[in-house]
Amino acid sequence: MAYSDKVIDHYENPRNVGSFDKSDESVGTGMVGAPACGDVMKLQIKVGKDGVIEDARFKTYGCGSAIASSSLVTEWVKGRRLDEAASIKNTQIAEELSLPPVKIHCSILAEDAIKAAVEDYKKKHGSK
Amino acid sequence: MKTGLNFPIYLDYSATTPVDPRVAQKMIPFLTESYGNAASRSHALGWKAEEAVEEAREHVAALVRCDARELVWTSGATESINLALKGAAEFYKTKGKHLVTVKTEHKATLDTMRELERRGFEVTTIDVDAEGIVDLSKLEAALRKDTIVVSVMLVNNEIGVVQDIPSIGELCRKRGILFHVDAAQATGKLDIDLGALKVDLMSLTAHKTYGPKGVGVLFVRRKPRVRLEPQMHGGGHERGFRSGTLATHQIVGMGEAYRLAKLEMAGERERIRGMRDRLLAGIRTMEEVFVNGSLERRVPHNLNVSFNYVEGESLIMAVKDIAVSSGSACTSASLEPSYVLRALGRSDELAHSSIRFTLGRFTTEEEIDYAVEHLKTKVAKLRDLSPLWEMYKEGIDLNTVQWAAH
Repeated sequence: MAYSDKVIDHYENPRNVGSFDKSDESVGTGMVGAPACGDVMKLQIKVGKDGVIEDARFKTYGCGSAIASSSLVTEWVKGRRLDEAASIKNTQIAEELSLPPVKIHCSILAEDAIKAAVEDYKKKHGSK
Repeated sequence: MKTGLNFPIYLDYSATTPVDPRVAQKMIPFLTESYGNAASRSHALGWKAEEAVEEAREHVAALVRCDARELVWTSGATESINLALKGAAEFYKTKGKHLVTVKTEHKATLDTMRELERRGFEVTTIDVDAEGIVDLSKLEAALRKDTIVVSVMLVNNEIGVVQDIPSIGELCRKRGILFHVDAAQATGKLDIDLGALKVDLMSLTAHKTYGPKGVGVLFVRRKPRVRLEPQMHGGGHERGFRSGTLATHQIVGMGEAYRLAKLEMAGERERIRGMRDRLLAGIRTMEEVFVNGSLERRVPHNLNVSFNYVEGESLIMAVKDIAVSSGSACTSASLEPSYVLRALGRSDELAHSSIRFTLGRFTTEEEIDYAVEHLKTKVAKLRDLSPLWEMYKEGIDLNTVQWAAH
């Protein structure tokens, strides 16, 4: 499998690896995928009082493209409002990383991870 | 640390081996000087080629202990397997239309069997146990009155386990069923005695035993006589079993490679076993690693290990200083977990996270030590990245988690 330079860069030097405290009120956690399918992504966002994502962390079990896709989106969501972050499309991720057709599912998973993290945050705050 | 080592360190000898320089030297004159056609009976160049081909045939026969006249040159094990299975099925189809094989066979066998099903034959594919071994009673139960061929590999290409070929041979011979053995991964690794084994057909290749790619052999027993429908028609070479001008240089290479294997196998095997055990000991200092397939009934040059909570493709990408396979080289273009490991009952996760290390003639202890350190560093890095590892460390049973399959 030939990877693009951007995938290799994110894979070799993944950005924002780690975890936030899941129970923190300002944190939204999205976990998508399944071990049996070969990818699991955990994406966490830390949201400021103004509704802007201040910081993000990820951990990913998966191929190089899955790791690169999640690393990339941690950079992209920072500084965005929740609805802006949730509108990131998998095609943008795939294009940025020049993912081959067999790896498009990695970008879809990254998009789903953002949506799941935003959803989790909203659920924590929705009833208030 | 890297001084003296060539990168990547080659630990993929079951995919293919380098041609031994001694073999290459022997081959060269047959390209540029002794280039005659072994079928040319009218001049010295032809005679010389024929003589070289027959000498090589004797070397192959000596390694597997059969009569040289029982060997048919082919382009490799895949062709040998195709000729054996299709050739026997087509020849004996009036006797019966049923064949038996095993789930963990190489694709060359499984795919040929599928083709035979398409042609109207029936195929039973039996399971192996958790160690990768064929259960003889299961095999016996699969045999029918109309079974004409059983095909089982001697050494598995992914996990290196050794099947009980002598016993399976007895079962088949008693019933008058032809027995084909794919021995592509076995030559030079363990003793093969076709004089004692009740094997009717055996497929061999050169390039897993330090010979060139593109040449192999099918053993076709003369007593009791086995007949085949040829799959390649033409000039009637190889007693009509396989037409086509013989590739003299390739054949000479296979002969020399097998001659060296016979001479050096015993010592080489123990040296390689020592290094394989050193590799295993190094890997076992890590947590959550699992050996796939029986360690006892296995050729000494193979180690197949799953690194739990790390995904296989990213692991292969991370360990770029070593050349290894995830699953088997033939299937690593697809994203499916290894069907061989699935057949052992391994979970998809463990099947996804497997690496096959295969050592060989030119592997050194220094290379093994480097590989162990390299693996430790990279596995630790990927586990730091892995949400599954984090959950495992928190004490969460991953089997109780509801995953959103995609």
